[in-house]
Amino acid sequence: MITFSQQQLKTPRYLRPVYLVTAGQSKYARAIPEKRTEELCIDAFTMAAELLDLTPAELKKYIHTCYYGHFADHFGDQLLGEALIHDRLGLDPLGNVGIKSGGATGGSTLWEAAKAVASGYSDCALAMGWERMDEVPTDEGNFLIASAADRDWESPLGQIYTGYYAVMAQKYWQVFGKAEASFRRTLAEISVKHHGYARFNPFAHGPMKITVDDVLVSPVVADPLRALDCCLMSVGAACAVLCDEDTAVELTKNSRHKPLRVWVTAGSHTLRPADRRHMEIPLLPNETADQYKDLGKEFPGGDRYPGFTGFLAARMAAYYGYRMAGVVDPMEDFDVIELHDAFTISDVQTYEDIGLRPYGYGRDFVESGDCYHTNPHTGRPGRLPSNLSGGLIGCMHAVGASGIMQVFEIATQLWGRWSEIHGDEKRWKEFGREKPADWTDLQVEGAKRALSVSHAGVGSHVTATILMDPDHLLKKDA
Amino acid sequence: MSSYGQVQVKGGRYRFRGDFHRLEQHMPIRDADHGWRLVGVTKPRDMTYVHSYGGEALFFESLSQGKLFATKCENPACEANGSIFQPFRIYCPDCLSRCTVIDMTELAKQTATIHTFMVCERSGAFNVLDKPIRFINIEFDGVSTILFSYLLMGEPQIGMRVAPVFKYYNPTYTILDLSWVPAGTKAEALPEGFLF
Repeated sequence: MITFSQQQLKTPRYLRPVYLVTAGQSKYARAIPEKRTEELCIDAFTMAAELLDLTPAELKKYIHTCYYGHFADHFGDQLLGEALIHDRLGLDPLGNVGIKSGGATGGSTLWEAAKAVASGYSDCALAMGWERMDEVPTDEGNFLIASAADRDWESPLGQIYTGYYAVMAQKYWQVFGKAEASFRRTLAEISVKHHGYARFNPFAHGPMKITVDDVLVSPVVADPLRALDCCLMSVGAACAVLCDEDTAVELTKNSRHKPLRVWVTAGSHTLRPADRRHMEIPLLPNETADQYKDLGKEFPGGDRYPGFTGFLAARMAAYYGYRMAGVVDPMEDFDVIELHDAFTISDVQTYEDIGLRPYGYGRDFVESGDCYHTNPHTGRPGRLPSNLSGGLIGCMHAVGASGIMQVFEIATQLWGRWSEIHGDEKRWKEFGREKPADWTDLQVEGAKRALSVSHAGVGSHVTATILMDPDHLLKKDA
Repeated sequence: MSSYGQVQVKGGRYRFRGDFHRLEQHMPIRDADHGWRLVGVTKPRDMTYVHSYGGEALFFESLSQGKLFATKCENPACEANGSIFQPFRIYCPDCLSRCTVIDMTELAKQTATIHTFMVCERSGAFNVLDKPIRFINIEFDGVSTILFSYLLMGEPQIGMRVAPVFKYYNPTYTILDLSWVPAGTKAEALPEGFLF
């Protein structure tokens, strides 16, 4: 059993409001041999400037500090790659720092940039993330990724990170999924949804029109997970620019969108799942202790928390974030979300960690149709659409960029610019991709508040980024 | 003539002997679809890392002697006092006092149970285990954590009782020297190199 002090559970507080004014991203693909990483970063930065109707040089003049998310130096065989990108972006002599937290690197980069603005150190900060995962063969790529596990206790066992993750998936599958064929189909439905939404996203690496049966016959990676249950391994870059209020107002004066309030929080948990100790469930504002007292009876084997079935880091990121931004019920308070769907099953686990459903009932978020842009059962708007970008399964997982890509996506929704940006014929052509004849507008009408969750490894680091239209805040002093 | 790199510690320093890297030629990468123009180069490299086990060396040495060591927090002022850690932790995660090393071989033989598992069809480069790999996480009575390892024989199931086996012959001095078999497995059925 482990316990936390009141000091550790303090609701985080910014000294002044932080705003997201723009964001941008490159094309994502399995390989982009024709471009160096800095070219992808410049693509992302140029797009961020264009969304403000500024030139890159004009936007650069506002930036005071830079936060670079790049996880795997050994993939690119370049230590201090951040310094190289910083130089190529022409941002010397500004202070900059590289940030690494596995799959959550993008979210952690935003976490740092937001704190720089909130503290008053900077009035305008750049968060830029990228990953280059195309320059080694796949088995060596798996080896390099497995290096993020404990090198003495885990990596020698197969050098395959998916396996370390999948033991947790198996436990969830058997305890909360009860190994039911219907649950297996629900997981497949997530893959169909994410690959399907990716078809309407010109940036996406993995668009596919597939069925549940296609997922169920795709090659087994680690039972019950199959190839189409797993995220992509991508190349690409994404960025976001965070400001204080005065700078945000100035930067958006000629823009078609307003600045958005932003809060970023983080949680962590043991790098080795083996080290997880039993504890009480930290409760979100929409939960009560009573509701979990019979969890072990309802789901035999489910009484050990977080055991191998929950992600404490995600729970803690939401615990801090919801209290900080005044979120009481995420299903009611958010209009659109992007989650870190490394695997279909971890997407379901995250629904529970962030309170979309109680522990044990995550599958209902999919089965109810709530997670869709248009609920397939009712034909009406989904209650809380998730991963309209395609997520990590359909859009991309270029590790250092992923958490920033998610924020780009939810920001375009709150700005009401999703259709303009994703439907632009010129962009499809520029990326050498064909816009589908049945391209569908996934703008969530009237979206005012959004959440994204960036997640590392076996749940070692997780961040929650909350965006809100400043005219639709949930509490005055947030 | 090259020789494998070998390392000893003498006088408090690493002493290196043999080859620790090999030089190979960079090769051009060309675009077959666009007139064979140059895109980049390969960067071959073969290096040997040196790595200290530090305070965990005892654990890895003991596996080849048929012993499974764990650690225990014995700080009476600590909330975790009495907690047994497997994986072996040098320091208690709560009070950061140095843990006591305990031999839990018998406890493992009596109570090891599969908490969860995964049969993995794939591996990364440099894997030396046969595929599919049967990953298991093992819980033990009175131990607060859940060890990650692999099942050497049989098919894993949650709740299945297992027993530890150790690589006595040609040990690797890595975590691979510890494996598990279904409880009740006869000694003569164990693969070569492993013993109870």
